[in-house]
This record gives sequence, structure tokens and C-alpha cells, in this order.
Amino acid sequence: MRHRTRATLAALPLYLFVLVFVLGPLVYMLVLSFMTRDGRGAAAVFTLENYRRIFDPVYFDTVLQSLGLACTSTALVTLIGYPLGLCTAFLGGKWPSFFRTAQMIPYFVNSLLRLVGWIIIFRANGLLDTVLMALGVTEEPLRLLYTYPAVVVGMVYVLLPFMFLSVQQVALQLDRTLIEASRDLGAGRVRTFLSVILPLTLPGLKTGILLTFIPSMGLFFIASILGGSKVVLLGSLIEEQLMRAHNQPFAAALSVFMMLLTGIISLLLLEHKPHDKRTDRKNGGEKSE
Amino acid sequence: MKKNASHSHRLSFLYAMIMTVLTYLPIFIVAVYSFNAGRLTSVWEGISLDWYKKLFSDDDILSALGNSLFLGIASSLCAAILATSAALTLPRSALPCKKGVEVLALAPMIIPEIVLGMIFLAFFSLLGLPFGMLTLLIAHTAFGIPYIYTEVRAALVSLDTSIPDAARDLGAGPLRAFFTVTLPMLFPAILSGMFLSFAMSFDDVIISIYVTGVSVNTLPIKVYTQLKTGLSPEIFALCTVMTAVVLLCTGTAALIGKFRKRKGY
Repeated sequence: MRHRTRATLAALPLYLFVLVFVLGPLVYMLVLSFMTRDGRGAAAVFTLENYRRIFDPVYFDTVLQSLGLACTSTALVTLIGYPLGLCTAFLGGKWPSFFRTAQMIPYFVNSLLRLVGWIIIFRANGLLDTVLMALGVTEEPLRLLYTYPAVVVGMVYVLLPFMFLSVQQVALQLDRTLIEASRDLGAGRVRTFLSVILPLTLPGLKTGILLTFIPSMGLFFIASILGGSKVVLLGSLIEEQLMRAHNQPFAAALSVFMMLLTGIISLLLLEHKPHDKRTDRKNGGEKSE
Repeated sequence: MKKNASHSHRLSFLYAMIMTVLTYLPIFIVAVYSFNAGRLTSVWEGISLDWYKKLFSDDDILSALGNSLFLGIASSLCAAILATSAALTLPRSALPCKKGVEVLALAPMIIPEIVLGMIFLAFFSLLGLPFGMLTLLIAHTAFGIPYIYTEVRAALVSLDTSIPDAARDLGAGPLRAFFTVTLPMLFPAILSGMFLSFAMSFDDVIISIYVTGVSVNTLPIKVYTQLKTGLSPEIFALCTVMTAVVLLCTGTAALIGKFRKRKGY
């Protein structure tokens, strides 16, 4: 019993901290989203108006545009990252972990810092324009900075590691003999991919899509740095409502909406949560040792 | 057949290499431009360290650097103390809904940053906390906790519990056993969690922008506000320095991980 009391005392600081500073803000966000704006703050007059406003064309267009951009970025990240994860996993020797580390390092470097390089590249008469014009590919500077494609490139660049890492992790655990068996039994490359590799790496692909899609709606600074004010995300909208319009209840409603949206997408993607064979095998292995 | 396989291997390797180079290209370009002597960022005028000199004599930037370092260290220390003590004891404690609280403790890792920033801003102004270092510290501690908590939990799974038990059998009190046996065994995990949480803190723009006051700047906030007004070689130098710091931290965390694996903790 004394043991239990001691454990309780030691766990208490985190317990309280989490209740106050994680649960507290989350609950307050929910409450706030039903309140009425009052100057810079909020009045306790409860309403659904904030949620109705999200569907006003002015704001809903942004929601749709944001979803569109998220879809485009996710599709591109998948097209580039999925094969990258697969083909590095199948390389021999130390290469899989070499490429893993190589992709993991930038993840820890501020995405803002990594985007500065793209500004230099995309700027009118910047690196890309100079190179392309010198090669005679284009005659005029493309002036890609502050355009939609620039934002897409930025998104793909920042989010690619998430896809790559989750695909590679699953692919590394794939039982290679299954591929050989499939080939031995006469299946071609395409058939082997579709009926063996794809289904077995699907969990990683799904996680990758999730980890790409969700942030791509909120990374407002990518849009503001590479897209100027032309590309507005759901995240930018929240920022604007909070910092410039000082409409806290509406910003809260948008945040709840965003969390619901991401929640629904996660549930759809992870609907059949696959039984985690990895931990099973690990635990089994440890026991048998 | 064999030849075919090695051909596709070579293609895979080439593709992976190209993507790796592309990943590092923008970082590299910024580093190169930070040594450019000219003020104009589009013209190359020779190598110089002027921008670094200027950077380190800029009081605004130095104070932002000081804030960032303090914040990173303080928040990862707070997170380490909270997360480690709870990771060791929460499952055994008598607190209600401990599973739910555990999920909540890890939640800041998956909540979109913008939402996290928004709710912290609203909540802190509800509580009437003065915006500045205190609010930054609370927010950064909150999102640092998951990194340390998960590391320590993972280390606990593979920890040989017979050693602390042996210490108890040999007559060490619970505190003595904890400080002389359990803590040293967990230390590498705690440390690598702290390095991760420091890197995240030293890096954070979105949440910090919301929870900081007018007078307190961190380095990433400084970079973001300056980027909105225009590019300068000084910013490139700053980016390069910050990248180097983050690489140093994550590199150390990775080395600790390797060391741990070899030691078998």
C-alpha cells in the first residue's frame, strides 16, 4: 500500500500538468467554439453561429482550396515517397539505414530553415531561372516564387520524410521469401507487386498518407513564405482569425472543425486497424529467448 | 535474370541518391549563400565571414538566441522530470483515468501544431497568464513530454527489473535503489528524449508565435518575421548556425542510442 502511495505521489506532477495544460485547453477550445465574440475575447452566450460561418462561401472556399492542396501534396508525396521507401528497403547492406538516417536528419531541422533554400531557388531571376535560361530551356524568368506550384513543392519537400520513413519501416519487415515465392510460382513483376508487396506494405502507406495529409492543412507558414498571400490554407485561416481578426470563438470553431476533419480521415484510413504482428513477434521472440 | 535484378538495384540506388541530394540541396544552398560577401543575395561576390560577424554582434539576435537556448534547456528539463517520474510510476499509481491521462500526455505529438498554438493562446489568456517566457515554457514542456515519455517507456520495457530488485534485496531503500540503480540505467533514454525535445523546442515556430509576448523573441520567430519582410545574407548565416545546432543535438541523441544498443539497455 505504501508502495502505491509513493507511485501516486511521483506520478502526480505530470498527471496534474496534463490535466491543466493539455486537457484544459482542449476543453476550453470546445466551449469557446460555441461562445459569442465579444471584442477581443468571448462572451458566454452560446450559439452555433461559429460553425455555420465555416460554411459561408468566403471561408468554405478556403476549406476546399486547403483540401485540394492537401490532396495534391499527398498524391505527389505518395508517388515519390512510396517507391523511395520500397527501393531503399530492398537495397543490400547498410544502404537502407543510410538512406533512413539521411531522410531523418532534415526532419529535425526546422522546416522554415529548409524552405529558405527554396526561396533562393524559386525567386525571380533566382537559381532556377538562371539555370533554366542558361540551358536555353526558358527564355523568360519563370518567377515561380509566390505561385501555387512553389507551395506544392514546399509541402512535398517538408512532408516527404514522413511517407518515406513509414513505408521503409514496413518494407524492411516484409518477408523477402514471399516475393521470391511469388516470382518462382510464375507471377510477373507487376503481379508480384500488386498481390504481395502492395498489400503487405499497405499499413506503412496508410500511415504515410495520414502523416502527410493532416499537417498539409495546417502548415500555414509554407503558404505564406512560398505562396505569398495567394494560397490560403485552413491553418492560415485560423491564424488570420486569431491574430488579425481577433475572433477567438471562430478560430476555435475552425480548430474543432480541423480536428474533426483530421480525425475522420484518420479513422477512415485506419479503419481496420491491422493486428500488430510486429509487436507480437517481438514479444514472442523475447519470451522464447 | 540475375543481370536484370542488379540493373533494377542500380536504378533503385540512383533514385534514392538523387532524392537524397535534392533533400540536402536547399540546406546546402543557404549555407553557401551565407558566405557570400555581397549584400545582394542574387550576385556572388566572393567568400566572407562578414555576415556571421554581423550576426554575432546583433543584440536582437543574440537575445533571441539566449531565449531559445534557455527555453530549450528549461523546457526539456521540466519535461524530463515530469515525464520520467510519471513513466516509472503512473501504471502503478492509484490515480483515476490514468490510461486516459497517458493518452492526453502523448496527444501534443499528434494535434496539429496550429490548433495547439491556438488553444494555448486562448487558454493562457483565459487564465490571465502574462505572455512571455512563462507561457512559452509551459507550451514547450507540454509538447516535449511525449518525446521523453515514449523513450523512457520503451527503455523500461527492455530494462532488466531484477537489478533494482537485487538492490532492494541487498537492503537499499526505494529512493537509494532508484537513484543508484534505476536512474543510471534509464539515463541514456532520458537524455536522448531530452535532446529530441530540445531540438523540437529550438525549432518551433508555429506554437511559439502564439504563446510568446511582444517582448520575448525566440530564434525561429525572428527568422519567420524577417523572412516575411525579405531575404538577407544575415538570415542565411542564422539559418546555417541553427541547422548546425539541431544537427549536433540529433546527432548526439543518435549516438547515445547506438551506445545504448551496444550496452544492451
